[in-house]
Amino acid sequence: MKTFDLTTTSLRDINQALHEQSSECTEREWKITGAKGNHNIACGLDQSLSVDIEGHAGYYCAGMNKKAHVVVHGNAGQGVAENMMSGTVRVKGQASQSAGATAHGGLLVIEGDAGARCGISMKGVEIVVGGNVGHMSCFMGQAGALVVCGDAGDALGDSLYETQIFVKGSVSSLGADCIEKEMRQEHLEYLTDLLNRAGVDEDPKDFKRYGSARQLYNFKVDNASAY
Amino acid sequence: MSDSNDLNVKTGLRESATFDAATMTEIRRAAETGIYDIRGFGAKRKVPHFDDLLFLGASMSRYPLEGYREKCNTQVTLGTRFAKKPIVIETPVTIAGMSFGALSANAKEALGRGASAVGTSTTTGDGGMTPEERGQSTKLVYQYLPSRYGMNPDDLRKADAIEVVLGQGAKPGGGGMLLGQKITDRVAKMRTLPMGVDQRSACRHPDWTGPDDLAIKIQELREITDWQVPIYIKVGATRTYYDVKLAVKAGADVIVVDGMQGGTAATQEVFIEHVGIPTMAAIPQAVQALQEMGMHRKVQLIVSGGIRNGADVAKAMALGADAVAIGTAALIALGCNHPKWDEEFKKIGSAAGYYDDYHEGKDPAGISTQDPELSKRLDPVEAGHRLANYLRVLTMEAQTLARACGKNDLRNLEPEDLVALNVEAAAMARVPLAGTSWIPSQSY
Ligand SMILES: Cc1cc2nc3c(=O)[nH]c(=O)nc-3n(C[C@H](O)[C@H](O)[C@H](O)COP(=O)(O)O)c2cc1C
Repeated sequence: MKTFDLTTTSLRDINQALHEQSSECTEREWKITGAKGNHNIACGLDQSLSVDIEGHAGYYCAGMNKKAHVVVHGNAGQGVAENMMSGTVRVKGQASQSAGATAHGGLLVIEGDAGARCGISMKGVEIVVGGNVGHMSCFMGQAGALVVCGDAGDALGDSLYETQIFVKGSVSSLGADCIEKEMRQEHLEYLTDLLNRAGVDEDPKDFKRYGSARQLYNFKVDNASAY
Repeated sequence: MSDSNDLNVKTGLRESATFDAATMTEIRRAAETGIYDIRGFGAKRKVPHFDDLLFLGASMSRYPLEGYREKCNTQVTLGTRFAKKPIVIETPVTIAGMSFGALSANAKEALGRGASAVGTSTTTGDGGMTPEERGQSTKLVYQYLPSRYGMNPDDLRKADAIEVVLGQGAKPGGGGMLLGQKITDRVAKMRTLPMGVDQRSACRHPDWTGPDDLAIKIQELREITDWQVPIYIKVGATRTYYDVKLAVKAGADVIVVDGMQGGTAATQEVFIEHVGIPTMAAIPQAVQALQEMGMHRKVQLIVSGGIRNGADVAKAMALGADAVAIGTAALIALGCNHPKWDEEFKKIGSAAGYYDDYHEGKDPAGISTQDPELSKRLDPVEAGHRLANYLRVLTMEAQTLARACGKNDLRNLEPEDLVALNVEAAAMARVPLAGTSWIPSQSY
């Protein structure tokens, strides 16, 4: 295990050291202490590393992650795991807005609550939130799945494409073109598996499923009020 | 058109200047369809432009350079502020971002070939980077757009520069649009969308909002690419003075300002014609902002929107730009709107020279289409060659004007070399009205 202290080593040096692992992996286990809300910690990783971040992370922690397993032992700021491609990112505390924005793959687990726009424009990532999510979550979600074990704020899934949303608690309101859908056996199986992989102890039968009504996929005069 | 006009004049019929034929047609179209008009191309109305400026060639008080014999440098380095590897372009004319999706793969390849042949850069667009484009472009700028279609760290690291797009001159404040006809299997896969949807991309970035956030976003992009490549910020020209100041503060290496005449692949007509300020008016605002911050020439300024010839290039540079970018003109050089397809343009209700329905994907010239049969009409090698020729002409024309003004580098051109033909242009470009010393915005 290699340990870096962000109060004494610069962010640049730490990220550079982590990036150098992508061509040749010499150390799999990394720990970053003294995070203290610094931005852009461990972004752009491209190797199966295990990175533990002690303390709170600022914006874009683990941004564009590939392959690595990153754990934030604290809260995460805006855009945690934004545009992640693969690997896993786990936030032990709460996450600010735009968690997992535009992410194409991998698994993002937020054990606490997530702020507004969680999973905005997501493109294939799986996001599991232990608590609540804020308004406009999954806005324009294109692919992947968002699981909310608490409640969802206003305009959930607005202008949704093909992302699947599962919510256990209440939904303040659904956004344009987002509707509740039947939870069939295949969805229960998928959700069971996803909750297991996320290490979250919930009963899939307690969730409701939401998805796109696909009414806004092509311009129609009748939908003018939604544009 | 003119025949019937002549007849109308003879019989005393008079067209309304307010409700002219085009206006009436649009009212009827709106009444029939109930939806706004969407089209490509740039603003078609006349706005104050570089044609309203003239150069003061050297004579007694200034000393001209000999054409051909005396050097006039055209090379420009972009991204000297923070990047370890700035981009060196041999001509200050770059190819603007145009998406694969809006354009065919062949057209994108041709743009790469043409640009590479003359040592300049080309740019991806809202839809990701294609291997054809990367392969044929020696200097490729990768756009980072609100939609983040196809965005991935591998392509990011393959780029020679990254352009964070906040807006476009054709539609400042608006997002992208690509209608179902053009969302073929390949385009859909690259954008992670169902085939055939009318795709509306977001107008704001999903994970940052103001300039303070943008500074952190830029730091993220730099960290991911290990501070190697320059980061550009592209804005549509509106409140350019403030936008440029904020872009510098956010940490840009290069700022791209796109004026209202700038082309687009698809947006609402009302947007194209009614939002933003002319390119010529934006440049002095941008330059003033840079100068006040002591950043002129340190943060490079690229200007686009209606650049057509070497005079436009030279005028933009005289006003203080470090380089220009072209979209529409590059497409025309490839063969867009070519008269040889006139019959086919007529079949789809248009005419050569007027075609702007890029969003419909039926371009007879095979450029703004995803139809495999139409795309085949554009030979990327031949079209790339035409673009390279055109870029050489732009460069030589700009050099001709610079030499005439006694400048051995295009970037030595200055506002003092220019005068304006009318009061509007004098006020916007902040150069004197020809034959006077009067700059309307600076004295009364
Ligand atoms: C067909 C087409 C597609 C375009 N696609 C994009 C795009 O994806 N991203 C972007 O920032 N600008 C896009 N633009 C705008 C250009 O980058 C550029 O700002 C504009 O074309 C410059 O003005 P000009 O066409 O008058 O040269 C597009 C323009 C055209 C004509």
